Amino acid sequence: MDWGYIQNVLPLYGKAAWLTLRTGAAGILLAAIVGLLCAAASHWRVPVLRRITSAYVEISRNTPLLIQLFFIYYGLPKIGIRTRPEACGILGLAFLGGGYMAEAFRSGIEAVDRIQEESALSLGLTRLQTFLHVILPQAAAISAPAFMANVVFLMKETSVFSAVSLMDLMFTAKDQIGLYYRTAENLFLLVGAYLLILLPLSMLGSVWERRLRYAGFGT
Amino acid sequence: MSDVVLSISHLTKRFDQQTILEDLSLDVREGEVVVIVGSSGCGKSTLLRCINALEEIQGGEIRLRGEPIRHNSKNLPEMRRKIGMVFQNYELFPHLTVLDNIMLSPVRAQKRSREETRTEALTLLDRVGLKEKAGSYPRQLSGGQKQRVAIVRALIMHPEILLFDEVTAALDPEMVREVLDVIVSLADQGKTMLIVTHEMSFARAVADRIILLEDRRILEENTPEQFFTSPKTEQAEKFLQSFEFKRKKES
Repeated sequence: MDWGYIQNVLPLYGKAAWLTLRTGAAGILLAAIVGLLCAAASHWRVPVLRRITSAYVEISRNTPLLIQLFFIYYGLPKIGIRTRPEACGILGLAFLGGGYMAEAFRSGIEAVDRIQEESALSLGLTRLQTFLHVILPQAAAISAPAFMANVVFLMKETSVFSAVSLMDLMFTAKDQIGLYYRTAENLFLLVGAYLLILLPLSMLGSVWERRLRYAGFGT
Repeated sequence: MSDVVLSISHLTKRFDQQTILEDLSLDVREGEVVVIVGSSGCGKSTLLRCINALEEIQGGEIRLRGEPIRHNSKNLPEMRRKIGMVFQNYELFPHLTVLDNIMLSPVRAQKRSREETRTEALTLLDRVGLKEKAGSYPRQLSGGQKQRVAIVRALIMHPEILLFDEVTAALDPEMVREVLDVIVSLADQGKTMLIVTHEMSFARAVADRIILLEDRRILEENTPEQFFTSPKTEQAEKFLQSFEFKRKKES
């Protein structure tokens, strides 16, 4: 292992990690919003939207991210929609993650007893108030483990971003290996960088889960 | 005769093909306490749920102070604020403290100030002996305490009428008393109430009028004294006899 070389390329990896983190976070945030809207649509049984939602969930979860990215990056320009690589990555991740997040939220919402909703409605809260103040907080606690698993999963999925020429961690490693044949060093850095991003995320997740569970839920 | 608060006329409720309530009419006047009794599954709870439109009705009309309550109308939340409902299993919100449970609807739905609501919430909690539990979560309370909180949560809305749906049925026997005492004191304050219960001695003490619901309709309507000593119908007599046995089995 050539430590001098590692030191040299470290800033490159820093930049790439920042890109991975940035696009990953933006994509996951969008995915959470999409997922929440989908879950709300199915909870309220919004007539047409509900069917569109379930079709979307199946499509997004049953196609690989790489192909979704190709579709956005190479397919959409054919009908005049051009996206920059970074936007493409974020959109792809949001498309894939939205389906998973929708399922995570939906299962949480469904686990909240129906009579809790009736209790809130009979207090004269509107449907939206009931959803925001009564159902969602309880659903969030139930969905937290699935949500965190999705966050970690989606963060890992960003490793295919290099396919649409985003200079993320994977791209940087492949690039360096191709240029200098430093396979061991670069793979070491690659794994290290991902662990550095994902381990704290996982740990943060389990602390958060515990916090939610103790915040007055259960029994 | 004082004003009619709640007026139910020719109510019909069906689930699919099964008729639960048929052509049922009932008026509740201001300050009146009406107790509904009847064997399990006779539609008592369904009747209460129809009143605040948790159930759609298939016929007839329900009016609160002359205003119709409809399942799909725009002003339904507004109408429901005038109807206090207390459920069998309390249905407090587990993620909120006692105080926040009580304040949620006045602040969010009635847009009252937090300060004024908090003061009233604490006064009401004090009245049911739970002031020191304001910051607790529902899971930290006993069943009887939870149910008293649920009553306060309904009271703070200043409803025109309170509906109690077998509010002691889920409680351990030693906690039944503390909840019923609260309801009796509400009756003394002149609150208008419609109560479904299996507690016969409570029914006798609190009711101005007893209604026996059986076979989808009102079978007997009577004063508590007469209902328990000399009921008009054979079915009422049968019901009262069966009750002792049922009650032992239940508790």
